[in-house]
Amino acid sequence: MRAHVPSYEVETPSGLADALTRLSEHGAALRPLAGGTDLMVLLEAGHLPPGRFLNIWGLRELRGVTVSDDAVTLGALTTYADVLAHPVLAAELPMLGLAARETGAAAIQNRGTVGGNIVNASPAADTPPALLAYGAEVELASVRGTRRVPYAAFHRGYKQMDRAPDELLTAVHLPRHAAPGWVHCYRKVGTRKAQSISKVCFAGAARLQGDLIAEVRIGLGSVAPVPLRCPATEAVLTGRRLSDATLAHAARAAILTEATPIDDIRSTREYRAEVTGNLLEQFLRVLAGGA
Amino acid sequence: MGERTEVRFEVNGREVAVKTWPMGRLLDVLRTEVGLTGTKEGCGEGECGACSVLVDGVLVNACLVPVVQVAGCSVQTVEGLAEDAAVEPLRQAFVRANGAQCGICTPGMLMATVALLREEARPSDARIREALGGNLCRCTGYVRIVQAVREAAAEMAGARADAEVEG
Repeated sequence: MRAHVPSYEVETPSGLADALTRLSEHGAALRPLAGGTDLMVLLEAGHLPPGRFLNIWGLRELRGVTVSDDAVTLGALTTYADVLAHPVLAAELPMLGLAARETGAAAIQNRGTVGGNIVNASPAADTPPALLAYGAEVELASVRGTRRVPYAAFHRGYKQMDRAPDELLTAVHLPRHAAPGWVHCYRKVGTRKAQSISKVCFAGAARLQGDLIAEVRIGLGSVAPVPLRCPATEAVLTGRRLSDATLAHAARAAILTEATPIDDIRSTREYRAEVTGNLLEQFLRVLAGGA
Repeated sequence: MGERTEVRFEVNGREVAVKTWPMGRLLDVLRTEVGLTGTKEGCGEGECGACSVLVDGVLVNACLVPVVQVAGCSVQTVEGLAEDAAVEPLRQAFVRANGAQCGICTPGMLMATVALLREEARPSDARIREALGGNLCRCTGYVRIVQAVREAAAEMAGARADAEVEG
């Protein structure tokens, strides 16, 4: 059933300060609207609750990639196309581009934003696993000030986030991965290559010293109520050698204690668990190839 | 209850002002208010690309753009291509290669192709397939569509090279 379009009001702020003022006055009654690639789908399906929307799409100060000596900052309105076009992201944080390339197709990539993908809070979103694997922090702004939250702690439950009603997610900060030895492995498993929503999504980044795993972070999508970081699996892998024949078995057992997939319209619990384990082993093979 | 607001923007080089609901879809505004029905509706959820148009030169799904977000923008639809001589080889190539069957996907295919060829004059077949990945053809005429894009790209790039030599 289609939505009743007159039931939606939209206000367009003049800038970020104005947007934050409006949020402080109206809080949860005012819902941010960015590129529209999720909200407009809900609208057309009749699933978007009527109400007031804050049209932040035009806030240029929230769009773009800035690079400092030790960090890369993505403004919340940075689109997938912007991510794909950025040379530092391609060189040091390549899983963001791989995720962007597999999110919808060109028209979606031109409007979908990194911040929108985070606050839409779908456990099946494609960029969150990569953000987790890169140790991202998100920045939230309100008239009260700004604060940073480790992204791994931002999603608290299905569609529940560490975001107050008056706060706007304004940026994502990522440590640069310029040091030698970083190997990246991103894989989204869906029903087809273009335009699909994932059954399982895996992102792993590890820094190798020879065949020793000096540092590793893993993010998963579609296997838990939230985009999932996997600290137990990371602990199993850290400090171990890729030549260790027992490693794959131990790591697979660990990740299957962390992933809690369910049956739904896109896949089954059993298939997702099997594929999660397989993707982890593929990650280890990729690392062995890069060692 | 919201209010109708006036939204001004440009469509195919012509100024338009529509009094409409801000969350109304650009797709509906183009078809019903502006009267340009070349932009088609397929899925209404950004999966099929039938409603592809360019906003300030950027390819978007008109079903996912609330009209309030095109205020002050320049929108190009498939009707706008008809007035663009530089795109003539693309239309001819679609006809020659039988790149259109039922035709519903064709406006979107053309818009996605124009966006691609502005970015990359001589794309590989893999790049063509990726760039048209958001455009579904339910007659499944993809091979002919890719062929049409490949031929058009060659011809348009050649024409540009000739123009440069002459210029």
